[in-house]
Amino acid sequence: MPDQLLFAMEVTLNGLMAGVLYSLVALGFVLIFKASGIFNYAQGVMALFAAMTLVGIQKGQVPFAHLINALLGTEVHHFGWHVPSILAILLTAGVMVVFAWIVERVVLKHLVNQPDIILFMATIGLAYFMEGFGDLMWGADIKKLDVGLPQGINIAIDDTTFGWFGYGFFIDNLDIVATVIAILLVISLTVFSQYSKQGRALRAVADDHQAALSVGISLRFIWVLVWSIAGFVALVAGIMWGAKSGVQFSLSLIALKALPVLMLGGFTSIPGAIIGGLIIGVGEKLFEFAIGPLVGGATENWFAYVLALIFLVFRPQGLFGEKIIERV
Amino acid sequence: MLDAGPTEQDTVLEVNNIEVIYNHVILVLKGVSLKVPKGGITALLGGNGAGKTTTLKAISNLLHSERGEVTKGTIMYRGERVQELDPAEMVKRGVIQVMEGRHCFEHLTVEENLLTGAYTRTDGRGAVSADLEMVYNYFPRLKERRTSQAGYTSGGEQQMVAIGRALMSRPETILLDEPSMGLAPQLVEQIFEIVKSVNENEGYTFLLAEQNTNVALRYAHYGYILESGRVVMDGPAAELRENPDVKEFYLGMSDEGRKSFRDVRSYRRRKRWLA
Repeated sequence: MPDQLLFAMEVTLNGLMAGVLYSLVALGFVLIFKASGIFNYAQGVMALFAAMTLVGIQKGQVPFAHLINALLGTEVHHFGWHVPSILAILLTAGVMVVFAWIVERVVLKHLVNQPDIILFMATIGLAYFMEGFGDLMWGADIKKLDVGLPQGINIAIDDTTFGWFGYGFFIDNLDIVATVIAILLVISLTVFSQYSKQGRALRAVADDHQAALSVGISLRFIWVLVWSIAGFVALVAGIMWGAKSGVQFSLSLIALKALPVLMLGGFTSIPGAIIGGLIIGVGEKLFEFAIGPLVGGATENWFAYVLALIFLVFRPQGLFGEKIIERV
Repeated sequence: MLDAGPTEQDTVLEVNNIEVIYNHVILVLKGVSLKVPKGGITALLGGNGAGKTTTLKAISNLLHSERGEVTKGTIMYRGERVQELDPAEMVKRGVIQVMEGRHCFEHLTVEENLLTGAYTRTDGRGAVSADLEMVYNYFPRLKERRTSQAGYTSGGEQQMVAIGRALMSRPETILLDEPSMGLAPQLVEQIFEIVKSVNENEGYTFLLAEQNTNVALRYAHYGYILESGRVVMDGPAAELRENPDVKEFYLGMSDEGRKSFRDVRSYRRRKRWLA
């Protein structure tokens, strides 16, 4: 096989893996959008916050150490223990649930029946608040996140492909783990929303708030539930991205990459978020590979957005977005 | 059976002189009182903006999410004051509202829609699926369409879904808002027949808001007529049907036979209720 083709295949595979990571972020958006019609601008920051909290708990960092030290003149930074990864992840998940509850209490509760744009603005405020709060709580330094996920080149794939084609594919182990986890996450979310009572209630709320209230579904409980799940998805995305590129402010910007994914896949479709992520991931890698050299490279920065724009013109609800049901 | 009118001991729901204000400024109900007897069908009649829907929402407490508030009076259900409870708590106590305009969950299937009605129930899957069969018995049409998305069913089917969904909560009292809206006369008749048989077979109490006075008074036992936020007349359905004013204003009939719509309207401006 010609080298160019093999190289293109490798690029495609890597694109798929990168796409999975985009999908993970997009998934959090879809969940909240579906259930409450809110576009949650804070989703990216939630991933950052979750990752910071995870590192902090794992390392036994004292929360608000700087604040405490400044106020009391003490010098505490660490509790001096290390929490095992699994326990730390569970604790962080707990923190995200508490966070969801606080968001419902402090923000959403007061904005029931307000126009969507007001709720959107509220999530922008929330994003900036969380960003600062996370820094205050755990410090603004760049952190390394290590929960024991395998990283580096996958030797088995490298060897096998070398045996087949005489050219070893470079696939990162972390990407493989991310893919597996994303698949599991999507399956369990789909099963939950399609077949469980709370999942059905969640979809009911998404369709019609008033009618959901009238059959006795508590909107407030559903919102806490949905924000908790979104928080959990943010945690998973935070772990993956954090392990890949460190826990730092730029992590919250991956949310911007989720936007074109959502436009492609549709704001209301869980499978759409996944397929959209894959298309963007593969598309931008292949485009860079094929067209990049002709236009001086750096196409990855804009390819996704242009693709999304094209989609907005020809298919505004995205590939898998819910058809807007209109009876005449 | 209840044509004699409600008596003290069998009143399940009692609304005493309530006043409802939207957005702190718009006064919609100006002292509405009514009694709903257990096991009966009570009709709430009146034109657009008379306050029928607001009265129902005040009882089910869906009012709150629309920035409405009961500022005066009391709502008693089985002798307990219920106006501070949230809608979910009302459903648990057996009061459920079927909203005007159907309000199905469009993207859920017909069967899923029905199952959401059982959200507050804790008596297990067996009881819920038994009730699902009961609903399919009353509405065989829904069984045929159980897997279609509710958004794609016809208006009549959606009304059936909305009523069936309420039945799934095992209610005591159903607040039924404008079931005839936008339906063909034949279908309206069919829906009311089903309401009647549910009322007779299951013993559920109905409080029914309806603009279609003619149909409502044929199926209800007792009726209240609302006009601009006040009860202007009430009585057993059979009496209301014979009342000359009701005939004239709501049934479009008078002693000289059927009047043209234009005459009725101009006459209506001159004459006021109970003036």
